[in-house]
Amino acid sequence: MGELGAFIVLALVTLIPAVVVVTSHNIVRAAFSLVPSFLGVTGLYILLQAEFVAGIQVLIYVGAITVLLLFVIMLTEGGTGVRLRQVNEQVPLGAMAAVWLAFVIIVILTRTVWPVGAGSPPPYNATAIGNAFMTDYVLIFEATSLVLLVSLIGAIVTARGEE
Amino acid sequence: MSWVLELLKAIGLTVLLFTFLAVVTAMMGVYAERKIAGWIQARLGPKHVGPQGLLQTVADTVKLLQKEHITPRRADVLMFNAAPVVVAVAALLDWVVIPFGTLGSRVLVVRDINIGVLYFSAMASVTVLGILTAGWSSNNKYALLGGLRSASQLISYELPLALGILWAAMVAGTLSTVGIVEAQIQQGGWFLFTLPPPIGRLGAPFGILAAVTFLVAATAEVNRVPFDLPEAESELVAGYFVEYTGMRFALFQLGEYGEMFGMAALATIMFLGGWAEPHLAPYLWVAVALGAVVVAAVILLTARHSLVIRPVLSLAVLTAAVGLLMSVGGHLPSIVWFLLKLFTLVFFLMWVRWTYPRLRLDQLLNLSWKVLLPLGLLNLLATGLVLTLGGR
Repeated sequence: MGELGAFIVLALVTLIPAVVVVTSHNIVRAAFSLVPSFLGVTGLYILLQAEFVAGIQVLIYVGAITVLLLFVIMLTEGGTGVRLRQVNEQVPLGAMAAVWLAFVIIVILTRTVWPVGAGSPPPYNATAIGNAFMTDYVLIFEATSLVLLVSLIGAIVTARGEE
Repeated sequence: MSWVLELLKAIGLTVLLFTFLAVVTAMMGVYAERKIAGWIQARLGPKHVGPQGLLQTVADTVKLLQKEHITPRRADVLMFNAAPVVVAVAALLDWVVIPFGTLGSRVLVVRDINIGVLYFSAMASVTVLGILTAGWSSNNKYALLGGLRSASQLISYELPLALGILWAAMVAGTLSTVGIVEAQIQQGGWFLFTLPPPIGRLGAPFGILAAVTFLVAATAEVNRVPFDLPEAESELVAGYFVEYTGMRFALFQLGEYGEMFGMAALATIMFLGGWAEPHLAPYLWVAVALGAVVVAAVILLTARHSLVIRPVLSLAVLTAAVGLLMSVGGHLPSIVWFLLKLFTLVFFLMWVRWTYPRLRLDQLLNLSWKVLLPLGLLNLLATGLVLTLGGR
């Protein structure tokens, strides 16, 4: 009962700002609306007992990515104050596609037999994640960090331009 | 219906924590700040409202409550009004994981969660959103500049801050704030001076380096001098909150002081042993008491009983009393020790504020990326290596 109520509240908190993100005429407002949406997802993680992932979600998505987005918008010439048009004349077509997709997903979700077993969810705590990173997935982990480092250096080199 | 009880308990604790902290941090913080500022600048500070000006902040709050709310005509009204609330709530949410002490076998903490310090840094990183919102929605160039400066500053200093927190979490082997304090009690020394056995006191350089990195980054995170570029009065008038009046302005102040006290509390927990009582040999406590007595005597004999020197005198008397009590084997409640350490750190932060001039933006970013970040990373690596070689 409590869990269902919490899920409904969190789903609304996640979805309503998400609608604002894709419909707002103001790009800064759209970017800010991401925040409650991310926080709603954080709540869903907590509901799934994945506290560590929830903490990381707030730290990275709310605290860093949104700020970075806003930073870029505010530094871009003509980025703020412009009335943004997020939709065009193909709205009916898009709406039909969306409704059809939603229908298909709902049908699939309700028709599938989900295996329900007793027991507790696997531990998503810091120890388990750290162990997984440093043992089974160490190659993927290191390769990803290398790719990120290369893109970071690439961005700096591109931004500096010719000396 | 246990979840209803759980919800009610959470609401009750929230009200208790927020009102207690609003009173203690904002009111005491502002009062202490003004007194210490006055003292450092050889003047008296607030003096007339209440005994020694103690009720000055209460009077100021009442005044701010009565003031008119002014919303600039071209401002984004919704976001303009939401920004101060975000800043204040994010700062106060830090306090959920701060343990104040023990009562019997219970730890006085709202919630001891297993991701304590991660939660703390996540909440601290939300503050910047409120500041950016305030800066942008005011529709004022000074406010926007302040907000942008704040964003670049907070993003830069989040990394050294996180490295400092990671250091303590690595040494303690847990992310829980209560667990970090208990690890220090177990090893019998603060992380500032002691690493877990067999390294012990030899680990002091690592601890001091980590604490310095953390404190510098924390000062920058809460936008205090010498890192107060987002609100630089002499360049940006007041930066991101220039358009705010009355109680909304007070909410920004509450957020700033709440977060400053929160950072000091976290530093206390990670490096100064939290609520743990310091263990010194009795003769050392006697030495502490004697030193304080000597200071008090020197003041009484030489200083012309000036009002400015009075705080030092009362501090010396207090230290002498504590030293005497501890040397005869007495005990103070753990919450007193926690508050003592907390206020020492807060005093240190205020001392820094009224001593150093503001940094330039390029100096600020250089300090973060070229000094604190490499230092923090190397310290983390070296400490990890030492701990591993020591057989952890």
